[in-house]
Amino acid sequence: MKILKLDNSDLKTLLTRWNETRDLFSPVEGNGKVGWQRIEPLAFNEPAEGVPRASIKVFFFPQPETLLEYSTRSGDRDAYVPRPAMGKGRERIILGVRPCDARSVMLNSLPFANDPYFKVRKDTTLIVGFTCERPCSTCFCSWTGGSPMGTEGMDIAMTKIEGGYLAAVLSEKGKELLGHLHDTKEASPEERKQLEALRKQAQKGTGPAGSPAEILRKKALMDLYNATFWQKLADSCINCGACTFLCPTCYCFDIQDETVKGKGRRIRYWDSCMFPLFTQHASGHNPRGQKIQRVRNRFMHKLKYFPERFGPLSCVGCGRCIRECPVNIDIREVMRDLLSIQ
Amino acid sequence: MKNTDQKNPYLPYPGRIDAITIETEDQNLKTYRIILEKPEDMASWNHIPGQFAMLSLAGKGEIPIGIASSPTEKGHLLFTVNRAGVVTTALHKMDVGARIGIRGPLGNGFPVDEGLKGKNIVIIAGGFAFTTLRATLIYMLAHRQDYGKITVIYGARTPGMLLYKEELKAWSQRDDMEMFVTIDQDAPGWDGLVGFVPTIAGQVAPSPENSAALICGPPIMIKFTMPPLEKIGWTDDQVYLSLENRMKCGLGVCGHCNVGPVYVCKDGPVFTRAEVQKLPVEF
Ligand SMILES: Cc1cc2nc3c(=O)[nH]c(=O)nc-3n(C[C@H](O)[C@H](O)[C@H](O)COP(=O)(O)OP(=O)(O)OC[C@H]3O[C@@H](n4cnc5c(N)ncnc54)[C@H](O)[C@@H]3O)c2cc1C
Ligand code: SF4
Ligand code: SF4
Ligand code: FES
Repeated sequence: MKILKLDNSDLKTLLTRWNETRDLFSPVEGNGKVGWQRIEPLAFNEPAEGVPRASIKVFFFPQPETLLEYSTRSGDRDAYVPRPAMGKGRERIILGVRPCDARSVMLNSLPFANDPYFKVRKDTTLIVGFTCERPCSTCFCSWTGGSPMGTEGMDIAMTKIEGGYLAAVLSEKGKELLGHLHDTKEASPEERKQLEALRKQAQKGTGPAGSPAEILRKKALMDLYNATFWQKLADSCINCGACTFLCPTCYCFDIQDETVKGKGRRIRYWDSCMFPLFTQHASGHNPRGQKIQRVRNRFMHKLKYFPERFGPLSCVGCGRCIRECPVNIDIREVMRDLLSIQ
Repeated sequence: MKNTDQKNPYLPYPGRIDAITIETEDQNLKTYRIILEKPEDMASWNHIPGQFAMLSLAGKGEIPIGIASSPTEKGHLLFTVNRAGVVTTALHKMDVGARIGIRGPLGNGFPVDEGLKGKNIVIIAGGFAFTTLRATLIYMLAHRQDYGKITVIYGARTPGMLLYKEELKAWSQRDDMEMFVTIDQDAPGWDGLVGFVPTIAGQVAPSPENSAALICGPPIMIKFTMPPLEKIGWTDDQVYLSLENRMKCGLGVCGHCNVGPVYVCKDGPVFTRAEVQKLPVEF
């Protein structure tokens, strides 16, 4: 892996050049909240600390997203025949993506492997990540298979050091983005060592020993499903769904048709397994009609069902759900409870 | 992406309603014969009995419906649809010639070419869940030498609620299969069996030796059909069920249809009862 040493003015130069042909976004702080915003290279200093309130999925799995378009004017030759709505749009660079969010893109691309819409977004979006110097109180990326110094899902990973950045080049596209700097700004052996040391240090994260994904994969499904703590959890949850909408790795969706004056579109938008209607049949029968079933489904999907299917947990430890849950439900406690089941 | 690109799994094939048959006396069940508009789409269509498709009504939405025709019936597709909610009601108002999209085939289907070959087959159906079993039966009759004894037990509330009445008659006259049609309560003019499906199944089901049962119907029927089968030695891995859950994508992505770690739309809808017993009861 090639490592470059960039100073602040190099970054400015790059941003200015990238901005000519692409849209740039970054976490920006305003009114005490961090959000994703279009940035202007000249006015921009550096990405805000911590993770934005909304997760990075807004870029890859936008809300709503038009899948198909059709006409409902019976005179039209192609009336009622849907056609794909797939604009490629300008390439985008998202700067300052934290390791947890970057990793979530990689995890979501497992279920979305054959989804042409997700793929187009992925092909046209570059991620210039920023590793984390100070994990916040609600993050726990290292429990979930990530690290504050993690680079999964990034094209370039920037690590802030004295007097600039160490930039790890992680993909062919990342290499192209760096232009001539790629060949002229190689980091010195000392600087490489410095990065190595930071990475090692980050691996000492707190949390349960071993890999939770691996341990949970080995536990019997129904033992976890029948655990007694679910009821207590369900009692306090109000099924508001905030956790699922903010979560970068929650990807459930609904599909609906919308027609205005003969022009229709089939759209998908975020849905939540926390909502009773999510599973309700036309007959009224509801397989997850009880709150405990829905709460359990959210956590079991992330911590057991997804790992059984794909390997890793469907959680990157960003802590958004912990921060925003109105009744203080904490997925770290759920993980501990599940891990302790024999 | 071009309009012709069928690799987009959300894009239905354009089709038209070619014929509509009212199946039941309450008019709530109709069978739609659908022909895909592009001859090449129709010619390359292939499915496994037990699979389903999304019927796509632009402007109304999509619904998962079992494919009632057998892949051996070429040139059209059949779907038998119960009027239940928004999309099914809209479909019931449509006429012959109307455009309809078909997305599929989806799901796994019955293992007609592997697990079921060479076996005695018992088909047990209740109510309008007979649809994909009709597809399976026709497929098996078209490949008759591949299967052992074929027994069909089919029940509905009243004679007027039976599906595919003409075909039922023809099947009961065949001598290479056994057909037991039953209704819940005696009705004027009915000279067939009277009684619930589980009771009849208990009376006529063959021995489990080298046999498989395919059961589709309301959950309560499935529940009560198992004990009489178990009594004569049937085990859960010989019994195939088709699950139904709310669906949106049909591709194993949107999350609506999961039962624990499995997606009914992708891993199912057909499961052995042994497989189902290992899952949470969320269907
Ligand atoms: C694999 C499979 C095969 C099926 N085969 C048949 C069949 O052969 N004939 C038949 O009449 N019905 C069948 N159904 C049930 C049928 O899909 C529902 O009755 C139908 O979706 C109801 O849609 P609606 O818009 O009329 O009802 P609404 O209640 O208005 O439903 C709104 C939406 O919810 C979803 N939905 C609601 N109920 C169900 C349900 N039970 N299953 C799946 N999605 C649902 C659909 O996406 C629907 O568009 C099948 C379902 C599945 C899963
Ligand atoms: S479950 Fe919570 S901590 Fe895990 S990725 Fe989702 S929002 Fe972040
Ligand atoms: S945010 Fe908290 S209360 Fe709301 S659905 Fe999620 S766990 Fe339940
Ligand atoms: S219907 Fe979307 S996952 Fe099964």
